[in-house]
Amino acid sequence: MEIWSDTVILSRLQFALTSIFHMLWPVITTGLGIYLVIIEGLWLKTRNPDYYYHARFWAKLYVLNFGIGVASGLPMEFEFGTNWAPFSEATGDFFGSILGFEGAMAFMLEAGFLGIMLFGWNRVPPIIHYLATIMVAFGANLSTFWILVANSWMQTPSGGSLVEGKFIVQDYFQAILNPAMIDSVAHMFLATLETSLFVIGGISAWYILGQRGDRLTAFFGQSLKIALATLVVVAPLQVYIGHTSAEQVYQHQPSKLAAIEARWDTVAAGETAPWSMMALPNAKAETNDWELNIPQGLGYILEFKAELSEPVLGLKAFEPQDRPPMIGLIFYCFRIMAGIGFFFVGLMGLTVVQWLRGKLAAAHLGQQTWLLRAWVLAAPLGYVAVETGWTVREVGRQPWIVYGLIRTSDAASPLPASNVLVSLVLFTLVYSVLLVATLYFGSRILREGPNLDLPLPTGDRADLAATPGEFLPDQRPVETQN
Amino acid sequence: METLTYFLPQVWFAILALFLFLYVLLDGFDLGVGILSLTASSEERRGILMTSLGNVWDANETWLVLMGGALFGAFPLAYATILNALYIPIWAMIFGFIFRAVAFEFREHSQQKLLWNLAFGAGSFLAALGQGFALGGVLAGIAVDDQGHFVGSTLDCFSLPSLLVALTLIQGYVLIGSTYLIMRTAGTLQDTHYKTAKLAAWTTLLGAIAITVITPFFYDYARDRLFSQPLIYIFAIIPVLGILLVWQLLRSLDQRREATPFVWSILLFLLTFLGLALIVFPYIIPTQVTIYQAAAAPSSLVFMLVFIGFLIPIMLAYNIYQYVVFRGKVVTSQYGD
Ligand code: HDD
Ligand code: HEM
Ligand code: HEM
Repeated sequence: MEIWSDTVILSRLQFALTSIFHMLWPVITTGLGIYLVIIEGLWLKTRNPDYYYHARFWAKLYVLNFGIGVASGLPMEFEFGTNWAPFSEATGDFFGSILGFEGAMAFMLEAGFLGIMLFGWNRVPPIIHYLATIMVAFGANLSTFWILVANSWMQTPSGGSLVEGKFIVQDYFQAILNPAMIDSVAHMFLATLETSLFVIGGISAWYILGQRGDRLTAFFGQSLKIALATLVVVAPLQVYIGHTSAEQVYQHQPSKLAAIEARWDTVAAGETAPWSMMALPNAKAETNDWELNIPQGLGYILEFKAELSEPVLGLKAFEPQDRPPMIGLIFYCFRIMAGIGFFFVGLMGLTVVQWLRGKLAAAHLGQQTWLLRAWVLAAPLGYVAVETGWTVREVGRQPWIVYGLIRTSDAASPLPASNVLVSLVLFTLVYSVLLVATLYFGSRILREGPNLDLPLPTGDRADLAATPGEFLPDQRPVETQN
Repeated sequence: METLTYFLPQVWFAILALFLFLYVLLDGFDLGVGILSLTASSEERRGILMTSLGNVWDANETWLVLMGGALFGAFPLAYATILNALYIPIWAMIFGFIFRAVAFEFREHSQQKLLWNLAFGAGSFLAALGQGFALGGVLAGIAVDDQGHFVGSTLDCFSLPSLLVALTLIQGYVLIGSTYLIMRTAGTLQDTHYKTAKLAAWTTLLGAIAITVITPFFYDYARDRLFSQPLIYIFAIIPVLGILLVWQLLRSLDQRREATPFVWSILLFLLTFLGLALIVFPYIIPTQVTIYQAAAAPSSLVFMLVFIGFLIPIMLAYNIYQYVVFRGKVVTSQYGD
């Protein structure tokens, strides 16, 4: 097969694999980071021990994900150079600076305070510990910000131009504030938060369904409600930001929009057009073999009215070599993501209704079997939405690596295919093992459940500062000696 | 303008050298402890070794991430060409990192610790080996065309001198790892590391002598540089200082000092590092591409200086704070036994 001897395809496969895998972990650590800030704030404010146990319990899942996030992020940092050397050279002035900022502002901050957040409960005063938790969450979100600045610039490059194959920046702030940036950062920020909240809610629901006694039901009812209260804002907002993201694609990446909608023919301004719920795109015949349409839907989806005020370019408006590949993949990935977005809003709404009717009180919560099952089902869906969303974004950008400026096929390092093949195979093997191992150890943490007998951090910090020698022999915070 | 095009790349060369040095130092002892864990005789000892790194390994590794990002931004051509050419050692290093990073998380939860012990130790070794060959590859020079694009083979970095560099680097890591453990452990475990430190000091010294002797034979540019006026005086002092430092190090080990061996090892690393920087500068890919050719546009370098430069003291401050919070001896392992 020629795929196995084509360096460009192999490098693309490897990039797709490594980023799809990497993405699974930061999603939860960024979102959960914010959740931990909320929980620890509640603990410091109310001194209710349950909040402390929550902080310790969810932090266990946090660490597990963090390690793999770092392990899978490292390859990404170097992959631009190893596999995409021409791209790196051409865009380094801007793209490289942004990755540098990410390291200096975000990763360092996160790493610098992580140790204190995880092991420092009895080593620093509560306020410093809280500060460390905030810094870790802030660092993770800052890293999301910078990486999305870099990526949205690849989607809608601005702030400079290509001169002899090298991108020369005229205005750095314009490049940072490229047209896709605001929407992408907002959408991704909400995605990490929403995914994490549904994971927390789903795990809580699973414990409640397991009928492990009143104590645990009340305990996890608490985390379920905190997640739910946050989702009241987050879930609808995500659908709205998703909509503005689609509008921005409509304006700045017309070939991607055509692929998302599987539209072959241009719709002129002032006309209406149907929106396909399902379709069977046929790239050879340049048409859909079959489609299931909502009449006049396209106008309503893009502009909330029947007639489009601007033309929607069809795929035929682009030369075949300028069209994205795999229209069907882009088309369905988009619908899966949006479907999940609406499902999330529905589930949140239904649960809020039950809450208002008093059905979430500790005495009744265990009987909401169907609702709780729906929450368990929702736990992995955020990940699905994130991965399908990225597929829309990245495959839809093809055949460009920097939209409209640099082609993916010109951007790959001239490497022997055998080298890339070996690293690709190794990644596939190692990542499969890591995924299985995380699920295995993660489920073990869940089966063990939270430790509700931990001694609380005592107020004896003055002692620790006065005679540090006494506390030094044991590195462990006292309460983890179980 | 003229001065800027020289000055800014030099500033960034210095910043990158700082990041690289901090990385080699910090992850050096980190990887060294990992390699030493392969020889640890009991589960408890391994647990203590890993505990001594538990709160810092991530921060240490992040200096490399920072170095990568800053190199990409400041010298895009060098980032592209060097990583392209060093495809094999770089991925070896990365896979090593992956193994050891996940070992930290999984070993704690696992009942079958053997696999994760191996992932930790072998991962550390693989990462150090990859770095050694990468360094050797850069020192040997990378084949490029007149644009600075890589045109050689990805196997070029594997040669006898780079094998020697790799082995010596590993010895150096074991040395600094041992002296770190002398500081962080007590009792019989500490005794063990007085021994490993001493052994590693000798093997590192031998490796360094061997490299010093063969370098002028294998690398023409290094020979020219070594024997040029006035650098020859500096290069004449470096080996003398080096032997002095090793001597001090061995003495402090015999006197069973706790912290000073670590300090001497740091100085030894610093000296070697300065020597290498002097041989390489102003090239970033020796004798092919200078830092001026590889540098990003001056506006980019200023932009990065504004956003990264002022963070350097802040980053150092909170990293040091973290070390201070967790100072002291590790007696029990935090990871289950
Ligand atoms: C929990 C996750 C999640 C949910 C519920 C949604 N999305 Fe999304 N979407 C993402 C997570 C995501 C993402 C993974 O975060 C992407 C990929 C990159 C990015 O910036 O956001 C994305 C990309 C993305 C794009 C492509 C942007 C581009 O290529 O520049 C569009 C048009 C939408 N989304 C639209 C929507 C709509 C209309 C939704 C709901 C009705 C929706 N998304 C729900
Ligand atoms: C982490 C979530 C991400 C996922 C799931 C993802 C997914 C993908 C996929 C599926 C491809 C292959 C597209 C194709 O070849 O048809 C790809 C390519 C690529 N993506 Fe992403 N991506 C992610 C994040 C990013 C980010 C943040 C950047 C830049 C900062 C980026 C830059 C690239 C590059 C350089 C390629 C390779 C060239 C190409 O095929 O266009 N990706 N990604
Ligand atoms: C494809 C481009 C990407 C690159 C080059 C990249 C690079 C990295 C690197 C090198 C690390 C390890 C840092 C350390 O040592 O602490 C890392 C971890 C991380 N990445 Fe990515 N990443 C990419 C995509 C993303 C995306 C799209 C996000 C957005 C959510 C993200 C968020 C994070 C976060 C929060 C961490 C910290 C570790 C953790 O919390 O798990 N990364 N990334």
